[in-house]
Amino acid sequence: MATRSRTSATSGKKTSGKTSSSAKNTSRNPSRRKSSASGSAPADFGKDEDMQAYRDMLLIRRFEEKAGQMYGMGLIGGFCHLYIGQEAVVTGMKGAIEDGDQVVTSYRDHGHMLAVGMDPKGVMAELTGREGGYSKGKGGSMHMFSIEKNFYGGHGIVGAPVPIGTGLAFSNQYNDTDRVCLTFFGDGAANQGQVYESFNMAELWQLPVIYVIENNRYAMGTSVARSSAQTDLSKRGLSFNIPGEEVDGMDVRAVREAGQKAVEWCRAGKGPYILEMMTYRYRGHSMSDPAKYRAKEEVNKMRSEHDPIEQVRKRLIEDHKLSEDELKNIDKEIKKTVNEAAEFAQASPEPDPSELWTDVVELSEGA
Amino acid sequence: MSIKVTMPALSPTMEEGTLAKWHVKEGDTVSSGDVIAEIETDKATMEVEAADDGTVAKIVVPEGTENVKVNEVIALLAGEDEDTESVSEEKVESSAPQEKTEAPKAEEPDDAGDEAPAPPAVEVASDPELPEGTEFEEQTVREALRDAMAEEMRRDERVFVMGEEVAQYEGAYKVTQGLLAEFGDKRVVDTPITEHGFTGLGVGAAMAGLRPIVEFMTFNFAMQAMDHIINSAAKTRYMSGGQMSCPIVFRGPNGPAARVGAQHSQDYSSWYAHVPGLIVIAPYSAMDAKGLLKAAIRDPNPVVFLENEVLYGKSFDVPQIDDYTLPIGKARVMKEGTDVTLVSYSHGITYCLDAMAKLEEEGINAELIDLRTIRPLDIDTVIESVKKTNRVVTVDETWPHCGVGAEIAAQVQAKAFDYLDAPILRVTQKDVPMPYAANLEKLALPSADEVIEAVKTVCYR
Repeated sequence: MATRSRTSATSGKKTSGKTSSSAKNTSRNPSRRKSSASGSAPADFGKDEDMQAYRDMLLIRRFEEKAGQMYGMGLIGGFCHLYIGQEAVVTGMKGAIEDGDQVVTSYRDHGHMLAVGMDPKGVMAELTGREGGYSKGKGGSMHMFSIEKNFYGGHGIVGAPVPIGTGLAFSNQYNDTDRVCLTFFGDGAANQGQVYESFNMAELWQLPVIYVIENNRYAMGTSVARSSAQTDLSKRGLSFNIPGEEVDGMDVRAVREAGQKAVEWCRAGKGPYILEMMTYRYRGHSMSDPAKYRAKEEVNKMRSEHDPIEQVRKRLIEDHKLSEDELKNIDKEIKKTVNEAAEFAQASPEPDPSELWTDVVELSEGA
Repeated sequence: MSIKVTMPALSPTMEEGTLAKWHVKEGDTVSSGDVIAEIETDKATMEVEAADDGTVAKIVVPEGTENVKVNEVIALLAGEDEDTESVSEEKVESSAPQEKTEAPKAEEPDDAGDEAPAPPAVEVASDPELPEGTEFEEQTVREALRDAMAEEMRRDERVFVMGEEVAQYEGAYKVTQGLLAEFGDKRVVDTPITEHGFTGLGVGAAMAGLRPIVEFMTFNFAMQAMDHIINSAAKTRYMSGGQMSCPIVFRGPNGPAARVGAQHSQDYSSWYAHVPGLIVIAPYSAMDAKGLLKAAIRDPNPVVFLENEVLYGKSFDVPQIDDYTLPIGKARVMKEGTDVTLVSYSHGITYCLDAMAKLEEEGINAELIDLRTIRPLDIDTVIESVKKTNRVVTVDETWPHCGVGAEIAAQVQAKAFDYLDAPILRVTQKDVPMPYAANLEKLALPSADEVIEAVKTVCYR
């Protein structure tokens, strides 16, 4: 754990400089930056890979749509942050890791849980606050965990997963495994102090952690340009000598490719890596957000031109020659899974009142 | 006329030390700034510089002398002539900032016993759980804490210590002394000065199954890490429906030290005790510090372990038992009594012991309960005592408003109202930020006199 210093491996290809006054315009061109750090198009997926990506992303999309409907029906309470639009990020990153690698994120977390293989029934039942939920109904949308799937939450405080993920990576190094930890956070969290405290220790101790910044361009209602002095978030590790690159987070192939590179870097013991995923959320920050801070046209443009699922769907039809029927079958299958989850989440009873008092502390075995 | 060289204080709470070495002998000429001696405590060593020019006239305290009190004259310097002598003398006084802690006591010698951890005149009961014939070794609280960590680190590979200055520097308060040498830098980890970050990192490591001990240089700095202690550590088990645990120990000195001002003098026990999901321990003696820290490290929950800087250097008998652990959540009746129940913990105990010695002279026989654990609170032991004495005074260094004493008062009146013969009184820190001025600080802190006054009030004496 000795202190090591390395020269910067950061791509540093983009122009920096102060945010110009015109950049403060909130509806500024959202696809301002080019995709993929290498500058070249990502390698194509084979048919099976595209099929898998399609299924995985569609599951998240349909699940979130269903959650939104159930929220509207009063079946889900409190805060509910939907991942619609960002599906390629977690799906691509999941494709870059192996079983045993850890995942931790903040509160827009349903997609991450589905991506790591957690049961949609258990996730949905947690949203409805039922006994069959992953946290027995005691956690809610933002607080679910799965030791089995190495998913460490589900954290409601902006920025908090960053040191936690760094600690998970610390445990990998301590236990001398070659596991890596994917630590997801948003563009809003990227301005927090604890992020830089974590960057410092991660590089100082060469911890195997990949910081995945999901830049969906709005921290709640405040655009990156209005909140960040340096809007190129991939450069945020520069002064710590952490390499960073910007990735087209709407293209699952680009995400996986960048993820694989970062995972390889970490497993080789070279320390942390930053991936800034340029992505977009179609829905509001949470269910109660009317999203008046951005133009409808901006959202529509992203949906029609960059939708992560449509991109794969197009490839499946044009390149892999899947028939409409085959695609419909996949759609039906996913719909069935989501409907079953919704039914389970409504049929599962509320937690027993005695659950109020359990799981506060674990009774020790006696000193 | 000679210039007095006095024993300096290395820290605000130092009371005595060892004069390790003289670099000069009688007859030597010294200039201001020359290193003339070395002193050491169990925590640190320091060189003593001549504060003036002159000739060493007399070495009062020979080298190797232990337990030299702060401000004791250790040597005399002779000035060059009478004129400079008188000037030099003034300089010695004004250029001796290390005298600050002792100054007010010198002015009020009668009250000097209030804060000084002088050996208690009150006979304290030993642990009844200990087997007969147990042998004891005298240890400071600091040494007991170190031994507890070292023993647990030998026992469990998953246990590691992290924090500011814990490794190479061996602890800002020397509690982690020797750990780096024995366990190496993988398990004794110096961190940057970033409480928010390294506390969150420790929480993540604990979630992954390690057993971190996170040392805060003082709990004042843990305020920067409060989000991770409470939101990330304390609530995780509940939020996960019991699936995810966070076995971590947050430890370090808590409570007022001496003359360090408002931002470095605060007792946080009531803050942490407020939070379900946390275990909060605040020991007084070295024996309890050892037994409870070992238990805390093994506990599957996040534990806030509140130490006290003033007590670090205090010596106690520690049982020489292999693997000595104590149950968490059990108070200890330190002394049985009949007239009033004093409920206290950590440094509050010193005020109680001093007060009890004086109260005994006046025929008031107090029972003293050391809570040791603040959460879970062993209220049953307190209630049992109240049924016997019918009177309660709480003594702690928190602020009164929503403090630990307030919680005890609320629970006692609810559970033993019919047994009370007087209102429950609290002795606490005054409801102000800690002042720096020596006289004001003294007024802000609890005192033995205040304990005596409260006891007399509830006893209608």
